[in-house]
Amino acid sequence: MNLMSAIGGAVMFLFLAPILGGLIFGVDRVLTARMQSRRGPPILQPFYDIDKLWHKERAFANPVEVIFTSGYLVLIAFSGVILFSGGDLLLVVFALALAHTFLLLAAYAANAPYSIVGAERELIGVMVAEPVLLLLAVGFFMVTESFFVAEILSKTVPAILSLPGVFLALFAVLTLKLRKSPFDIATSHHAHQELVKGVTSSLSGRTLAKVEVAHWYETIIILALMFLFFAGAPILGVAAVVVCYFLEVLMDNLFPRVTWKMTVKSLWIITVIFAVANIAVIGVYGGVV
Amino acid sequence: MSSAEKSPWILHYNASSCNGCDIEILAALTPLYDVERFGIINTGNPAHADIFVVTGSVNEQNKEVLKNLYDQIPEPKVVVAVGICAASGGVFRDCYNVSGGIATIIPVDAYVPGCSVRPEALIEGVVKAIGVLEKKRALFDNGGAK
Ligand code: SF4
Repeated sequence: MNLMSAIGGAVMFLFLAPILGGLIFGVDRVLTARMQSRRGPPILQPFYDIDKLWHKERAFANPVEVIFTSGYLVLIAFSGVILFSGGDLLLVVFALALAHTFLLLAAYAANAPYSIVGAERELIGVMVAEPVLLLLAVGFFMVTESFFVAEILSKTVPAILSLPGVFLALFAVLTLKLRKSPFDIATSHHAHQELVKGVTSSLSGRTLAKVEVAHWYETIIILALMFLFFAGAPILGVAAVVVCYFLEVLMDNLFPRVTWKMTVKSLWIITVIFAVANIAVIGVYGGVV
Repeated sequence: MSSAEKSPWILHYNASSCNGCDIEILAALTPLYDVERFGIINTGNPAHADIFVVTGSVNEQNKEVLKNLYDQIPEPKVVVAVGICAASGGVFRDCYNVSGGIATIIPVDAYVPGCSVRPEALIEGVVKAIGVLEKKRALFDNGGAK
């Protein structure tokens, strides 16, 4: 039974996550447009874009891009499969980190100035986001005494009660993970960025489509991690995830010109104040705060 | 209608235009006109572009840049020459360093007349180009184009 639900979760993730992820970004773009008093594209626009990219010529700055972008997509999907089959949180976090290494390699391989600067800044992004994800795994372990998602989900008391600080830190990192801020790293659908499109500047056609789909997968993974804080109260969890996403879009429109220096400083301060302090308190007092 | 028509991404290049046509293009791409409604994105990146919108008469200094940008756009792609300068060199036609129009350097799929172009003409030109893009995509899918 357990094995069945694990396989079921993994298969559902592999097939439904891209659909859901694409729809989320479609809604995101419409929402952003409405906040700027525009109509915005159709909700299915992200799928049209992917289909178009898939039909483009296969032109490469460096042919190894194919391997690296495929590695990125496969590892992100692997990370999600572990998460959705109730596996080990640590493995999820490390697979995500490794996946990003592949994306960086793809950008470095292009050997073009915008790609390389983009990759360097993406590296900074990874450096900022990774501690929060690790602290998240540690936090869940301290509260539920397990790294396994299946066991965390079986708890009736939501982890948010003990880990509000870690949740806030994850929420802060979400803007980075959604590729909205900082604008000088972001490869989102805003007009020109400082670095054109940063890491994806030299990717085109199918390689770009793969990176985009991997991004949809990753978004679902991060949102699922947020949901994990509300294990035992699923309706509240879904509501919290929706509210958080809306707030991200709002913040992105209110502060569209956040730079990477600001991001590093503010996110590290947030990580230390909220996540580290949260875990320290649990470490000292044990269990529920 | 395929996705080529629903997701045309634009690259804009100024090949020694007087900026008159460029201002019209950029104005049409501002949030006020919301071209994202049609899935259009102003990419600023040849690797991602489908439609190459070029202004100006092209001179000795930038014809290589123009050629290079064109070559970096993956097939299927279309070129829109915006303004009289881009069509024939316009008033600069007889200058010693002017090539005399975009078509002297790269193939053009649609011409937009005017000095400077009117927004309506510009939009019509891009729509025509999207039609050509659609045909090129069908050809490309069948292995017709390179
Ligand atoms: S066509 Fe007229 S407005 Fe346009 S670039 Fe040439 S001179 Fe300027």
